[in-house]
Amino acid sequence: MTQTASDTAPAGAPSGTPLLQLEGIRKRFGAVEVLRGVDLTLRSGQVTALVGDNGAGKSTLIKAVAGIYTIDDGRMLWEGRHVTVHNPKDAAALGIEVVYQDLALADNLDVVQNMFLGRERRRGLLLDEDSMEKSAGETLASLQVTTVRSVRQPVASLSGGQRQSVAVAKAVMWNSKLVILDEPTAALGVSQTRQVLDLVKRLGERGLAVLIVSHNLNDVFEVADRIAVLRLGEMVADVARGDVDSQSVVELMTTGRSDRLTADGPAPTSSAASREDA
Amino acid sequence: MADTEQTTQTSPGAEDEPAEIARLAALTATPVAVDSFADYARGWWTRVRSGDTGSLPVVIGLIILSIIFQSQNHHFLTARNLTNLIPQGAEYMLLALGIIFVLLLGEIDLSVGFVGYLGGIIMAELLKGPHAHSWWIACLACIGVTTAIGIVQGLFITILGLPSFIVTLAGYLGWQGVALLILGNGGTVPIQNHVVNDFAGGELTPTAGWIVAIVGSLLFAGVTLFGAERRRRSGLAVPPRSLTLFKIGLVAAAAIVVTIICNRNRGAAIAVRGIPWVALIIVGALALWTFVLTKLRFGRYVYAVGGNAEAARRAGVNLVVVRTTVFGIAGLMAGVAGIVAASRLESVSTSSDGGTAVLYCIAAAVIGGTSLFGGRGKAMHALLGGLVIAAIYNGMGLLGLSSGTQYVVTALVLLAAVAVDAVARRGRANAGVV
Ligand SMILES: Nc1ncnc2c1ncn2[C@@H]1O[C@H](COP(=O)(O)OP(=O)(O)O)[C@@H](O)[C@H]1O
Ligand SMILES: [Mg+2]
Repeated sequence: MTQTASDTAPAGAPSGTPLLQLEGIRKRFGAVEVLRGVDLTLRSGQVTALVGDNGAGKSTLIKAVAGIYTIDDGRMLWEGRHVTVHNPKDAAALGIEVVYQDLALADNLDVVQNMFLGRERRRGLLLDEDSMEKSAGETLASLQVTTVRSVRQPVASLSGGQRQSVAVAKAVMWNSKLVILDEPTAALGVSQTRQVLDLVKRLGERGLAVLIVSHNLNDVFEVADRIAVLRLGEMVADVARGDVDSQSVVELMTTGRSDRLTADGPAPTSSAASREDA
Repeated sequence: MADTEQTTQTSPGAEDEPAEIARLAALTATPVAVDSFADYARGWWTRVRSGDTGSLPVVIGLIILSIIFQSQNHHFLTARNLTNLIPQGAEYMLLALGIIFVLLLGEIDLSVGFVGYLGGIIMAELLKGPHAHSWWIACLACIGVTTAIGIVQGLFITILGLPSFIVTLAGYLGWQGVALLILGNGGTVPIQNHVVNDFAGGELTPTAGWIVAIVGSLLFAGVTLFGAERRRRSGLAVPPRSLTLFKIGLVAAAAIVVTIICNRNRGAAIAVRGIPWVALIIVGALALWTFVLTKLRFGRYVYAVGGNAEAARRAGVNLVVVRTTVFGIAGLMAGVAGIVAASRLESVSTSSDGGTAVLYCIAAAVIGGTSLFGGRGKAMHALLGGLVIAAIYNGMGLLGLSSGTQYVVTALVLLAAVAVDAVARRGRANAGVV
């Protein structure tokens, strides 16, 4: 990896070292190779959008990083160190949090119970409900999630945008360094999408690395600092937002190439961290 | 209410602006402003009408059943008969306390009736003859075996991924067979141990009963007040003190009424009075499992796995451990129920019916308000549902109706309970509540 670009991240990894580097990630399901040697670099304070057609392998890549799937080949470097992630706990221990497409909230539990699921605070052996309720409220307030009326209402009673906000808040509660969002706005209306996009921008401003999967290029161009394009399991581009327009991204997604990009430089897959806004 | 101090307790990092405080206050529980008893009652009623009925239907059902039986036979509401309800419902309540854990996962356990039956036989065998073991060894052996059976069945379900319906159906058949093999044809094993027979047949002295009722009420009051006070100090919204006191009063009143009823003489020739031992066993088990479900991480995981197993798995919950433990708990409570059932009959015999017991205990849990689809239910439902079953059984007996009629009425009550729940669920869906 080239280390030329100065790190503009407000917090997080030591300057220069990316937070997460994926090198040659491969994953197959039976006979189908879904990820075919994927490279990707994520930095603190940056929002990276991962785009690609349906079935390109975006969700699979995310699940590999999150430890849901074990990869067949390739390396994962976290803050420059080689790591292997066997399960979601390993990923969480590194500081990786994922907001899944299917949300992964339990409808019958309330907001606090969901936000702390798997990491309940205890006082001795007993659940420390008061402390958890307080922290959940504070986290939501700090993210300016104001539409959730009570943190003690069951998640089933929330709107789509509220549920997504709770899922995101759940992800940032844990001193996480990388938050991954899989299609966070797919099922949302206009104003709810706005809530969630604002939230995503705030995460980047907080110095977190964010990887957001989206189909909606308007959303992508609004929140992302970098855009990575996955096509049929291969990373065909990883570029700064300013280097592309939406038409070339569409070309990359569908054909794997864009004339406008290759015209003014080397193949975009070599992610030489050419950040315009650096 | 002394809620003003809350405003001084916001997060240390947050600027102490009113807007920030208002936001935090708005996020915690029910709005802080709503703090009168009347407001709370109104909020509760709104929830009930939107389908979040809680235990209301089953309580109303119990009252209706009581009115019907009392109008047909004025012995129904006598101290003597009401006290009889406790041992009559005990087996179903104890089984249901275990079954509720299984139902919370969205699974089923058909075997508990015969597992408990087998446990009772093991206990009776150990208490038999000149070399009888002491009662507690016999009881521990019973519970140990039934818990182990539950765990083994749980492992088949979790590790091999077999449907719980099938594995426990095999248990239903298999353990019944093992029990019959032990007893032999038409066999009966009488139980002569007084301690064991007293579990279902003995009672506390009236004074001991009062002490238990008062200490229990004070404990409940202490825990409730302490919890509310701690929430207040953490700056979280607390229910109005009048509501807290009302709840405490309700529990104390129930304890006093039960004690008065049980302390009335219900004997014919010789005086019999006092709270039955089995009532303490039931209340103790209820308190234990309520504690496990609401205060321990394990209980939270049971709800989480029942609500969304995948979410729980991704959160790092070990599904195999949670599921297997739950089937172990069902086995454990089957053992306790088996001991109580054997104690009530002062024997075990081939005529005991573990098949009806399991169906009744599932019915009790569902009538009490526990969902068959997982994620929704409370330990208390076992008690309420078990009382309904016992009331039907007892009332029908008083009216001299055949067991055929009993089955039909129980079936109708079960259907009614599920129908009420389904209608309420539709209300909940419209109101956007689980
Ligand atoms: N668990 C799985 N088993 C088999 N094939 C899978 C599995 N998950 C995903 N796939 C396949 O891998 C490909 C990529 O899927 P996915 O990562 O979900 O794509 P995306 O999220 O980009 O739409 C698809 O062809 C899909 O059918
Ligand atoms: Mg996907």
